[in-house]
Amino acid sequence: MANTFLLEIVTPYKKFLSTEVNTAAAPAFEGEIGILAGHTQYITILKPGEISYKKGAETRLIAAGKGYAEVGHTKTIIIVEAAEEAVDIDLAGAKETLAKCEEALITLSPEDPAYQPTVDEYELAQARIRVKEKFKG
Amino acid sequence: MPSLKDIKRRIKSTKNTQQITKAMKMVSAAKLKRAQDEITAARPYAEKIQELTLSLAAKTSPESHPLLSGAGGTKIGLILMTSDRGLCGGFNTVLLRTADRFIESRGDAQTTPAISLYLIGRRAMEHFKRRQYILLKSKNAGTGRPNYSAATETAKELIGLYLNGELDEVHLVYSEFKSALTQRPVVHKVLPISAEKTAGKNDTEPEDVEAIFEPSRDAVLKSLLPKYVETQIFRAMLESSASEHGARMTAMDSASRNAKEMIGGLTLKYNRLRQAAITKELMEIVGGAEALKG
Repeated sequence: MANTFLLEIVTPYKKFLSTEVNTAAAPAFEGEIGILAGHTQYITILKPGEISYKKGAETRLIAAGKGYAEVGHTKTIIIVEAAEEAVDIDLAGAKETLAKCEEALITLSPEDPAYQPTVDEYELAQARIRVKEKFKG
Repeated sequence: MPSLKDIKRRIKSTKNTQQITKAMKMVSAAKLKRAQDEITAARPYAEKIQELTLSLAAKTSPESHPLLSGAGGTKIGLILMTSDRGLCGGFNTVLLRTADRFIESRGDAQTTPAISLYLIGRRAMEHFKRRQYILLKSKNAGTGRPNYSAATETAKELIGLYLNGELDEVHLVYSEFKSALTQRPVVHKVLPISAEKTAGKNDTEPEDVEAIFEPSRDAVLKSLLPKYVETQIFRAMLESSASEHGARMTAMDSASRNAKEMIGGLTLKYNRLRQAAITKELMEIVGGAEALKG
């Protein structure tokens, strides 16, 4: 099938996903990118956020931490620190993290070495909540 | 000559020990299985990061990033991973010996090498407590599964020290997991990262078309390098933990077998002694009867 490509998502703990998909979208460094089969070679840094992919008529969402994407003609590999499907997301936990990060960000200055990790964590928590809520609705 | 009662007591205590070693063996076997699964599960991530990093690093000159080019100094950082608990055969001894040898090989006779230690595991802490080395940090290996954020933390600290110029090289001593029966201590250079390894295997190279990088190749590489160190440390942690359980399982297996042998020997001795006592008594009775017949 020419219009599908292999999407692999790997995390430090496991190979999260490996399947043929029609399209995928990921939050790249300079904005969201959409990937179709036959995409040119492309390597990018990913920000924490939602990764979505479409397989046939079915669209799935994944909340993912920061990482990298290596896009090729027939294969896209997404390497992220964490990945979760909506079913596995603990909404209360995510909200708690979000609140904690918000609080921490008030006092941190952008020059602080702890600033960027906190922002990442904040964005991941946001993505998890969004994914969870979309899943419900 | 021990009495019957003594032997009986010894048999009983050996049986108790055997029960404990058997239980420990079973626990280790279960933990080993899990640790092995974790290694397998973590492999794709580590491999992908490695592939990406090394192929990028091979194409850039080592001078472009401090983590790639060594300053060439002699200040060495050594991460040593042992276990917290003993009763795992030669596991810790071998690792500590490897570390000692490595340290010796680095210093000449006159000067003590400038080695800073980063110890993980209580056994290592105890070993180096009374020795004259700089301790960067020492912490317990902790129970349960190794966790990626711990590896991140370790990597961050060491990269920080390396970039500050406080360390010129970072080496890692851990136990490589070959199988449940064999574990091999390994010394592995973590920093500076050498891109030589890619030269050997070119199987992933054919798609060497210039890829588009976002934001830029250097930026991607720069963020990948620390990640690479993290995954290496995480892998070492996983291997170490699997090795520990493997070593413990083997040790406990042979301990159980020894106990079984010992029980066998003691039982034999016990029966012989009992028989001897019976024979003796019989002889006495017979002797007495003969004397009465007179």
